[in-house]
Order: sequence, then C-alpha cells, then structure tokens
Amino acid sequence: MSVLVEHFDVFVGGFWLTFQLCVLAAIGALILGTIVAVMRISPVPPLRWIGTAYVTVFRNCPLTIVFFFAAFGLPALGSNADFLRIPGLSSIFSRLGIDLPYFRFAIIALSVYTAAFVCEAIRSGINAVPPGQAEAARAIGLTFSQNLRLVVLPQAWKSAIVPLGSVIIAMIKNSALAGFFGLTGDLSNSAQNLTSAGGEPIIPVFIGIGIGYLIMTVPFGLFLDRVERRRAVAAR
Amino acid sequence: MSQQSVLYDAPGPRAKRVTLIASAVIAVLVAAGAYFLVYRPLDEQGQFDMELWGPLIDPSNEVFSQVWKLLGQGFQATLTAAALAIVSSLVVGTALAVLRVQLKATMKRRFVHHSRPTAIALRTLTLVLNGITRFCVEVFRGLPVVITIFFVASALPDLGVDLGRILWYLVIGLTLYNGVVIAEILRSGMEGLPGGQREAAEAIGLSSFATIRLILLPQAFRIMLPALISQLIVVLKDTSLGFIISYEEVLKQSQTVILNLENPIQVYALVALIYILVNYALSKLAEYAQRRMSRGRKTGTLRKAKDQPPAALAADLTPPAKL
Repeated sequence: MSVLVEHFDVFVGGFWLTFQLCVLAAIGALILGTIVAVMRISPVPPLRWIGTAYVTVFRNCPLTIVFFFAAFGLPALGSNADFLRIPGLSSIFSRLGIDLPYFRFAIIALSVYTAAFVCEAIRSGINAVPPGQAEAARAIGLTFSQNLRLVVLPQAWKSAIVPLGSVIIAMIKNSALAGFFGLTGDLSNSAQNLTSAGGEPIIPVFIGIGIGYLIMTVPFGLFLDRVERRRAVAAR
Repeated sequence: MSQQSVLYDAPGPRAKRVTLIASAVIAVLVAAGAYFLVYRPLDEQGQFDMELWGPLIDPSNEVFSQVWKLLGQGFQATLTAAALAIVSSLVVGTALAVLRVQLKATMKRRFVHHSRPTAIALRTLTLVLNGITRFCVEVFRGLPVVITIFFVASALPDLGVDLGRILWYLVIGLTLYNGVVIAEILRSGMEGLPGGQREAAEAIGLSSFATIRLILLPQAFRIMLPALISQLIVVLKDTSLGFIISYEEVLKQSQTVILNLENPIQVYALVALIYILVNYALSKLAEYAQRRMSRGRKTGTLRKAKDQPPAALAADLTPPAKL
C-alpha cells in the first residue's frame, strides 16, 4: 500500500484534473442539452428533426467513437477547440489554455455525448408536467416561449433533477475514457502511468484510483436517492 | 389533431407562414454551416477522395474484400463479447437481485425456532452479507467501466489467473459493472410491485425465497423489460472499450485498416454508422416492449389513458436514457 502514500500527489493531481474536466463538461452538456431539448419540442419542424437526429446519433454511438472524432476529426476540420480558451475561465481552469488540446477535446467529446442524455432527461421532466398546466398557460394567451419559460420548464426541472443527476454521474464515470485518449494526468491516465509504465503494484493503485472516482460518484448517488425518496413521500 | 402538442396552439394561417419561413431560414443556415464548417475543410484536405472511401464502399476496389473481412471479424468479436457479457450480467444480476431481496426479507426474521446463539449467528451473517452486497453494488456502480476493465485485464494475470484470451477480461469487466446495474433494475422492479403480491404469496404459505422466485422475479422481469433492453444497448456500446486492452473488436480492427490506408475519418464514420443503426434498432425494440407492456395491463388502462403525456411530446418518448 506504500504506493498510495508515495504517489499521493499523483492521485490528488489526477483527482483534481478529472474533477475540473467533469465540472466543465457538465456545464457544457447542460447548456447544449437544454438547447437540444428546446429544439426537440419547438413548433418549427426542421429544428425538431435536428434535435431528434442529434439525440439518435449520440445516444447510439459508443463514446469511444465520439472521442476518436474529437481527437482526430476536430484537427482535420482545422480546429484545435480554441474557442474554449475563454479568458476568465482559462485562468481558473489552467488546462484550458495549454497548447496540448486534449483537455479541450475531452470536454467537447463528453459534453456533446452527454448533451443527448441531458436532453432526454429534460424532456422526460417536461412530459411529467401535467398537460393542464400548459393548456392553462395557453388559455391565458402565453406564447410558446413564455409558456415554456414561465410555466412548463420551472415545473419540469423538479422532476428532471433525478434523471439529470444520474446522467451527470454517468458522465463522471465516462470521463475516465479521456485518459486513454491523450489527456495526461487525469485519474485514469495516472492509473496507466503508475501500473504499465511505472511498474507499481496493481491492486493498491486500483484502490487509489477507485477512491478518486467513488468520492465523486457515490455521495452524489446517495444524495439523489434521498431526493427521490423524499419526492416519493411528498407525492403520496 | 392527435399529434398536436399542448405547448402551442394549432397553427393558423399566419403561424403557418411564420413556421414555413423559419423552417426555410433554418434549413439554409444548416446547409451553409455544414458546407463551410464541415464539407469545405474536409474537401480541401481531400477527405472525400475515392482513394480514401473506395476501399470501404466500392466493391470493385482491390482491397474492398480484405477491409471488410477485417471489419467483419471485428464486428463478430464485438458481438461475441457483447453476447457473453449480456448473458453473464443477466445471470449475475438476477442472482444478486434475488440475494439482496432475500437478505432484506431475512433481516426481518427473528429466528425464534433456533437456539439463541444460532439465532445471533444467523442474524449477524445476514447483516454482514447485506453489508457486503450493498458495498459491492455501490463500488462497481460508481467505478468507470473502463477502469474496471483495465484493472481486471492487468490485475488478474498479475494474481496468477491467466484466462488465455483477452475476451474473458473484457467480459468479466463488463459483467462486474452491468451485473450490478441489472441487479438494481430488477430489485427496484421487485420492490415497486404492489405490496399485495407479496402478502398474497405469504398468505398461501410460500416461503420468502419461493415468493421471490415464483411471484416477484417474473413480474419484475416483465415490468423492467424496456430498462433491461436499454441496458443491452449499453453493453453493446461498452464492448468498444475492449480496444483499450487490445481486444480484437471492431475499433481495434479499424485501427489496423487505418494503419494501412490512412483514412481514420472515413473508417470511424462507417463504424459509427453501423453502431448507430444496430443500437437504434435495439432502442426501437425497447420502445415496442414498453408499448406492449402498457397495453397488456388491462386494469390500468383507464388511468393510463388519462395520464398519457401530450401526444406530440410522447410520440417518440424513449425509455429512460442510459449512458
């Protein structure tokens, strides 16, 4: 178990980078997912088609392939994801500004993939709003966007929060793939470095890496269980 | 009118005109965006050359059959791993779900017919087992499946367990994760059943294990079928992680093709397309199962009809999203 003590800084650094990646990707996925969800329920048919196509493609495509496209396709399109170097943001998340673009690619791949699931979670929340609410809003003459903004979405958030939470947990777990696609220094990349290249014993490293991920996922999951149970009691 | 959403009124002449114009504008914007941001940069690099696409789509190309033979082997390996992982996670998941529900039932028992030390021992055993299963569920559900696979593949040989083929490491890794998830799906299905089911079973004298086996589990499978099918999609998608441990599945085979032909974008686009088609078909199957299920529940039809979400929103409401 001495590996855990000796390389404590590696584990902590890996955890920190994974955490940053997850925060940024979650923000990206929530924004993009909400946009896609609104597109899917909008009155304009082409927008609905685009939304549906987006969700179909990214829900059914393995994340591995999405990562491949982010890491090899984006450079082919002539982009190094430089638009993510947002001045204020990149001073907090220093990895954003570094010339190795894999951190930004990982954020894009995770956000784009997770957004499809976020969209479905929000839509399931919208579906849970009693139709009478939207009908009443229409009856008093609210337009589509007012209806959505003032009546439907605020109520949809309430029942969307648990599925959204599960989506974010899944995203945290999916972020492990980034380490296999060139992102240096996150938890899963540290795992490879310590075991394959560093020759450290496998089980303790696994425990250390495992704890790193479980710190993020398990409390979140327990919290969601509680929210769900409280809601179930309240609904009775 | 049945396809009308409650979010907006049936469009009148003006709204129809506005919608039409908006549609046209959006179509033009999308086409322009696709052309300038995707097609042009790719075309400038010659990514649409027949030299790169030919081996994949042109049967008269000299390497066409070789490429497809490689990819075919890859798909075969992917499906083999997926099938094995699905079967073993279903077995493990069912066993774990039954065990956890049984333990929960046993925890309520006082073991009054046993002597005091035996009763205490039995109760402690139940508690410990319950704790262990709970711990395993939380851990394997909370760990990234990539990490699980990676460590199974490197730790087992290290511990002296050599399974010979990489396939088995992938299957074990996938089973550890998906077995636990399936167990939780089935368990929540069993706990979601009306309490009367269990009470009736106990009233006619079934033991708690027989109740689970004969009454609860079959119903849980039925109710949870859509969720189980979506989990199968997850397994199929996750077999692509096998390339990390060098399992010869379709992505690994693609890399061999790419190494020779240097056409990564084309090959991955094709593989992605095939994945999407297969998984889309599976998700349609899950939807179909869900529809049949809700039709089969005759007692619930009256309430169901009233609770239906608005048609346009529900039209393509898919089973719970799974990553």
